[in-house]
Amino acid sequence: MTLILTLDQVNYAPQGKTILSDIDLEINENAFITFTGPSGSGKSTLLRLIATLLTPTSGVIKYQGQPQAMLPKPHYRQEVSYCFQQPSLFGETVRDNLAFPFSIRNHPWSQKRAEQALASVELSEAMIDAPITSLSGGEKQRVALIRNLLFPPKVLLLDEVTTGLDSDTKDCVHRLIASYHQQGMTILMVTHDETEIAAAEALLEIRGGRLEAKHE
Amino acid sequence: MNSLIVSPTALAFAVVLVLIALVINLREKIGLEKDMLIGVIRAVVQLTVVGYVLTYIIKVDRLWLTGLMVAIIIFNAALNANKRANGIPHAFAISLLAISTATLLTIALLVLTHSVRFTPSQIVPVSGMIASNSMVAIGLAYRSMNASFHDQRQGVLERLALGATLKQASNAIVRSAIRTGMAPTIDSAKTVGIVSLPGMMSGLIFAGVDPTKAIMYQIMVTFMLLAATSIGSVIACYIAYPQFYNVDLQLR
Ligand SMILES: Nc1ncnc2c1ncn2[C@@H]1O[C@H](COP(=O)(O)OP(=O)(O)OP(=O)(O)O)[C@@H](O)[C@H]1O
Ligand SMILES: [Mg+2]
Repeated sequence: MTLILTLDQVNYAPQGKTILSDIDLEINENAFITFTGPSGSGKSTLLRLIATLLTPTSGVIKYQGQPQAMLPKPHYRQEVSYCFQQPSLFGETVRDNLAFPFSIRNHPWSQKRAEQALASVELSEAMIDAPITSLSGGEKQRVALIRNLLFPPKVLLLDEVTTGLDSDTKDCVHRLIASYHQQGMTILMVTHDETEIAAAEALLEIRGGRLEAKHE
Repeated sequence: MNSLIVSPTALAFAVVLVLIALVINLREKIGLEKDMLIGVIRAVVQLTVVGYVLTYIIKVDRLWLTGLMVAIIIFNAALNANKRANGIPHAFAISLLAISTATLLTIALLVLTHSVRFTPSQIVPVSGMIASNSMVAIGLAYRSMNASFHDQRQGVLERLALGATLKQASNAIVRSAIRTGMAPTIDSAKTVGIVSLPGMMSGLIFAGVDPTKAIMYQIMVTFMLLAATSIGSVIACYIAYPQFYNVDLQLR
């Protein structure tokens, strides 16, 4: 097994307020790790640090053996892709959001791929021209998810992406994630969902900014 | 040109107009009387001083003196644009660069095409017009950028998380800031002559210049302001947007 991500004594304390302390973590390629823990314990913060959307106050995060600081950020973020808890979407329509991953890669827009992606999370193809303000919370969450998956990343960071979905849609999202995992994607998932916690391959708990193995 | 002279007595009577405004203000409790008085006093003092300075500069007609006057105008314009930046780092330097490029480039073009002669009586007022319009455009663009980066913070974060470069993450915001900055110039270009007779043209006609000639000047001024405000806001916005991020390509 090769390591894809390592966190070594990572601390995050902006303006002296400690949010995460002494996080040590080794993540193998193709792992599926589930994080849980009380609200405000630092789960989103951990994923954002891994995604380079925040920078550790001290400690090092390595990706494929290289410290994050050495890697060009835009490219790294395309490979280690963070999906927001409660995304807002940007631009005017769903199309703006789905076209963005294409345009930042100078890749020609593919309507077909976008429609397939929408279908994979049980959204209708017609939604592509819907204004983002007309979407429900759960619809936004799914559009945000496929935005991260149009160009599959190496590591997918999922921040409570199934919150607010009904159980059928949840199942569909789980199947989608599982199929990418089978194709080799490394997945880090934050959740409060009981069924997701029960189904976890590897479960870690964050409490008060510290990482603990979960004991039932 | 001297067909119209405003005598001191005429000006004194014009003060009555200010008094009317003041009375309305006091009666209606609008609370602007202090600002209005300061504005009136500043206008009189500044314009009188500038009048004498301009007369002197035009009389001696020295290159360095004209240059110095233009530099002072640009410097003041940058100071003012900086006030609108509301904490954008390096906004003064950015404004100075944007306004001086816009002003000097436009003037160079005007002089090279012989639209304007290189004498203080033409260079100084033209620089003033260009610099002040660029200043307003840049100020509006800053305001729009500040508001957008604040209101669309989550959207910018999501773009960054998807692996956008700073330019890709900011493109929409920068474009709309440039549009906002240029809007007044474009609107006034559209309505010039129909809604407003611009100050310069009115002044020339007032002073007895043949309206067709005054209009030729106004057309030139409209074109040069369009050029100057676009150059100014494009430069200012493209240098200012990276200031909203830190070295780790994160929003500040
Ligand atoms: N930018 C910030 N500056 C200061 N404190 C912050 C910032 N962002 C988050 N925090 C604080 O850090 C702590 C952890 O926040 P985080 O969002 O990581 O929690 P979480 O575990 O994801 O919670 P939830 O389950 O509610 O999503 C909270 O106390 C929060 O108030
Ligand atoms: Mg969270």
